[in-house]
Amino acid sequence: MNPAKLLYHVGRFWLLMMQVFRKPDKPRIFWDRVFFEVNAIGIGSLGIVSIISVFMGAVITIQSAFGFESPWIPLYAVGLAARDSIILEFAPTIVSLILAGKVGSSIASEIGNMRVSEQIDALDVMGVNSANFLILPKIVASVFIFPFVVVISMFLGHLGGFVLGVAAGVVTPYEFVYGIQYDFRPYNVFYALIKTLFFGFIIPAVSSYHGYYAKGGSLEVGQASTRAVVYSIIVLLLFNFILTQLLLA
Amino acid sequence: MIEVKNINKAFGEKHVLRDFSFVFERGKANLIIGESGTGKSVLTKCMVGLIAPESGEVLYDGVDFIKADYNAQKEIRRNIGMLFQGGALFDSMSVEDNVKFALSMFTNMGEKEKQERAMFCLERVNLPHASKLYPAELSGGMKKRVAIARAIAVKPKYLFCDEPNSGLDPKTSILIDELIKEITEEYNMTTIVITHDMNSVLEIGDKIAFLHKGVKAWEGTRYEILKTTTKEVSDFVYATKFLQAFRSRLENE
Repeated sequence: MNPAKLLYHVGRFWLLMMQVFRKPDKPRIFWDRVFFEVNAIGIGSLGIVSIISVFMGAVITIQSAFGFESPWIPLYAVGLAARDSIILEFAPTIVSLILAGKVGSSIASEIGNMRVSEQIDALDVMGVNSANFLILPKIVASVFIFPFVVVISMFLGHLGGFVLGVAAGVVTPYEFVYGIQYDFRPYNVFYALIKTLFFGFIIPAVSSYHGYYAKGGSLEVGQASTRAVVYSIIVLLLFNFILTQLLLA
Repeated sequence: MIEVKNINKAFGEKHVLRDFSFVFERGKANLIIGESGTGKSVLTKCMVGLIAPESGEVLYDGVDFIKADYNAQKEIRRNIGMLFQGGALFDSMSVEDNVKFALSMFTNMGEKEKQERAMFCLERVNLPHASKLYPAELSGGMKKRVAIARAIAVKPKYLFCDEPNSGLDPKTSILIDELIKEITEEYNMTTIVITHDMNSVLEIGDKIAFLHKGVKAWEGTRYEILKTTTKEVSDFVYATKFLQAFRSRLENE
């Protein structure tokens, strides 16, 4: 993408956000939509997040044990390494990347389909701020529910590491539990949740942008959906780097 | 009444509308007709603010919509009902919720009151039995009728219909035309219909503007259009062999 085009998209994105962050016409309808989106975005993603968290936790544990085969490294280091990997990066970032794929494509295709079938025009003609009506509830819902999803992912990651790590015979229950308690820094959880709040904004905002400005027919809506996922991931990784630099360095 | 003055719109080098002026009268079905690609839909989109024209004025009962600020535009829009070509019903809502939508957004009506109004509007378009269905379960004609019910739910002053007969069989087209005509008179609305269907023109065209290559080539009534000598209009009106034969017979008599 050339710089002029990038600047154009950044400018148009912020103009859209200025439309999005206005006072909703009817607060009751707005909150109804927020709760609907919390269910669709958050609760609806718990299944996939749970499965991935359990197995990723297990894989991290087994890989750590494989890497720490030296007699000089205590076995509890496996639990410690798994804990830090899960809290610092796996739960907030990898789960958000997965949600960017699942939620981002769903948001972009829903809004894109509304655009090409003139439903957004219908809202605008009625005098409804379509950007505010459609996008703000998704952003509020994501920013609200993503931290809960990530905390659940952290828990299930540890649980998967513990149960499957012990079952695989790479770590004992005592060593694993001792490892995850050893030198625990609550700030790491705070850092992970701060990142998640940003990701909770980035994913619905970037995806909605691509859906809102979709043109053409079903083919273009599909392309907008793909672009939404790709750009959500790029922006998410960029902010992951910036926030890590700001909060941990 | 809506008065459009000297509207110009271009997309890059392509001029779609040139100095279009017209008065859309209250209580009448005002038709904008013309061949495909002559700027009819663009004109409507300029009038309702979906596209910004390069220059010109759109006066809703004297208030210039284009120069109005965000809140004033919002106020005018709340008096606009629009029937889109494909219906543009909200997929995720039932028929009843579609009709109730504007009532929920812009009025303080209670649930019972909204439901009664929605049912009244659905009965008006002969679809009371479809209230619990979803748009995906409706036929093309039913979608248009629900869209009309949704448009009239808030008792708008202005009704825009973008090709209300496209994709419909002749019988359903006549039903839709009659419905538009009846509700225009009933609610004393300023109705703007975009069409290239000659049946509609002859059925409901109280006042007609003919667009040709973005320019208003002719204006008149449905009675006058049959006798017009303007070549572009005449070619449009008598496009079929059947109507050409009809014209020859008229001339001979």
